[in-house]
Amino acid sequence: MANQQKETTVIVGGGHAAGALLTTLLQKKYQHEVVLVGEEPHPPYQRPPLSKNYLAGEVDQESLYLKPRSVYENAGHQLRLGVRAEQIDRDNKTISLSDQSTLKYDRLVLATGSHVRRLNAPGADLKGIHYLHDIADSDALREQLVPGKRLVIVGGGYIGLEVAASATKKSVDVTVLEAAERLMQRVTGPEMSEFFYTKHSNAGVDLRLNTAVTGFEASDQGHVAGVTLASGGTVPADIVLVSVGVVPETALAEAAGLPCDDGIIVDEFTRTEDPAILAIGDCTRHRNLFFEKMQRLESVANAVDQARTVAATLMGEKKPYNSAPWFWSNQYDVRLQMVGLSQYHDQRVLRGSPEDKGFAVFYLRDGCVIAVDAVNLPIAFMVGKTLVQQRRQVNPEMLKDPDIELKSLVSGQSIN
Amino acid sequence: MGKITFIEHDQTEHVAEFKAGSSVMQIAVDNLIPGIDGDCGGECACGTCHVIVSDDWFRKTGTPGGEEEQMLSMTPERASTSRLGCQVVITDEMDGMTVHLPEFQM
Ligand SMILES: Cc1cc2nc3c(=O)[nH]c(=O)nc-3n(C[C@H](O)[C@H](O)[C@H](O)COP(=O)(O)OP(=O)(O)OC[C@H]3O[C@@H](n4cnc5c(N)ncnc54)[C@H](O)[C@@H]3O)c2cc1C
Ligand code: FES
Repeated sequence: MANQQKETTVIVGGGHAAGALLTTLLQKKYQHEVVLVGEEPHPPYQRPPLSKNYLAGEVDQESLYLKPRSVYENAGHQLRLGVRAEQIDRDNKTISLSDQSTLKYDRLVLATGSHVRRLNAPGADLKGIHYLHDIADSDALREQLVPGKRLVIVGGGYIGLEVAASATKKSVDVTVLEAAERLMQRVTGPEMSEFFYTKHSNAGVDLRLNTAVTGFEASDQGHVAGVTLASGGTVPADIVLVSVGVVPETALAEAAGLPCDDGIIVDEFTRTEDPAILAIGDCTRHRNLFFEKMQRLESVANAVDQARTVAATLMGEKKPYNSAPWFWSNQYDVRLQMVGLSQYHDQRVLRGSPEDKGFAVFYLRDGCVIAVDAVNLPIAFMVGKTLVQQRRQVNPEMLKDPDIELKSLVSGQSIN
Repeated sequence: MGKITFIEHDQTEHVAEFKAGSSVMQIAVDNLIPGIDGDCGGECACGTCHVIVSDDWFRKTGTPGGEEEQMLSMTPERASTSRLGCQVVITDEMDGMTVHLPEFQM
């Protein structure tokens, strides 16, 4: 071999994507030195439980970790936790870190994730206003969820609604303020929005749609006491959670002159413009061969799939990112599973009804299934995964006919 | 404490130690066993933790629940003793158990 020397691969960011990358590199017996730099004090962990069973106090912190820290370290990976990467010097291939040290890299993977979008409104810095992104946030919020307290959630997306469900379980008095005309508008169709509206209303959550927030009122002690509305009036609050989306963490890449556009731009092999630098997860706007356009996605599936692609790229294999995105959410006794991106549909087909134990919405475009949202109906999600991945043309009548088994729709070559 | 053997599709064997209370998926993940992804972290939401329990141990693990059954029904290489690894909670009685891994996960 021309060059037997060990190279150093540095991963910046210690979240889900970084964790999945470490795992894949270990499984594939990657020969080079690997150093992970993560700002949080924790080894890579899963965020989904932070608004679900971890927030509800049903699982402990350790169960969030993708693996025990020792597994990576015993295998020779270095984890530098509690350390922030401050600057990339692309000419010298070094990164300066918050502990004043400098790391040399041969290859660099940016897995910096996203951060919460902050509200820029009067009173937004008051005590008692929470955001939810990491373990510390979830711990701080959980402490406040005591029976009888009034929690106002700004934002009716899936994280806000999962918190509403977790808080209701603890007899917290919950109000959700959503600026749009329906819940989870960005990610799902009207039937699902309506279903979740009913679910939360029945659980006692006060839901207010078309309701824009203008600011926050303070108590004499400087704690938040209410949320003021554009329509006039104030909603009294003991605790506020602002959950209005995330912003990709691109500062490091931008300062280094890498092309970014609401996400670090990467190709289907997770490569940036700089051959030595790759990027994965929430922080990227990427090419996924599955779509025609560049996409930015915020999901575990995207983080782990891109991690597997970058591992292949690092090892000199060509494994393009081409999987259909998928997602899940738990609220009360409901498990929502989604596959595909529904926003581009031109036809919706309902299988079953929201009154049934389980039902699903199929989203079609030009007669092909492009997305499925399934409520307590895993078979629709699983069949949907195949239909979406294969861009199957399906007769809509068959999708809704309860006498036709969903499974039979994927067993043949093409069903019309 | 006990041991469980994972057999990959190509017959490679991995023996892993477990503590009761964990799941078959988590043990595989903690031990870097290839062939189990566990992408949803054990929520029964992804179907990437399919294992085939060896016949004589299936009585100990029990049969899949309703939602798990729906997830399994579409996994490639479905067998009569298939389970989702995240839904099998390990008990001390499972010491010595063998599970097989499919070639592909969902
Ligand atoms: C409450 C909540 C619930 C969710 N629920 C679901 C769900 O049900 N299903 C689903 O699919 N997805 C869910 N998600 C989204 C999912 O968790 C993210 O898409 C996923 O974590 C993205 O992984 P990532 O590694 O790209 O980014 P992250 O997990 O955000 O990790 C990025 C890490 O990089 C660190 N970092 C950033 N900059 C630097 C730097 N300069 N130096 C060092 N470290 C740095 C950050 O501190 C962070 O730890 C949820 C997210 C949240 C917050
Ligand atoms: S880990 Fe996702 S279904 Fe088992």
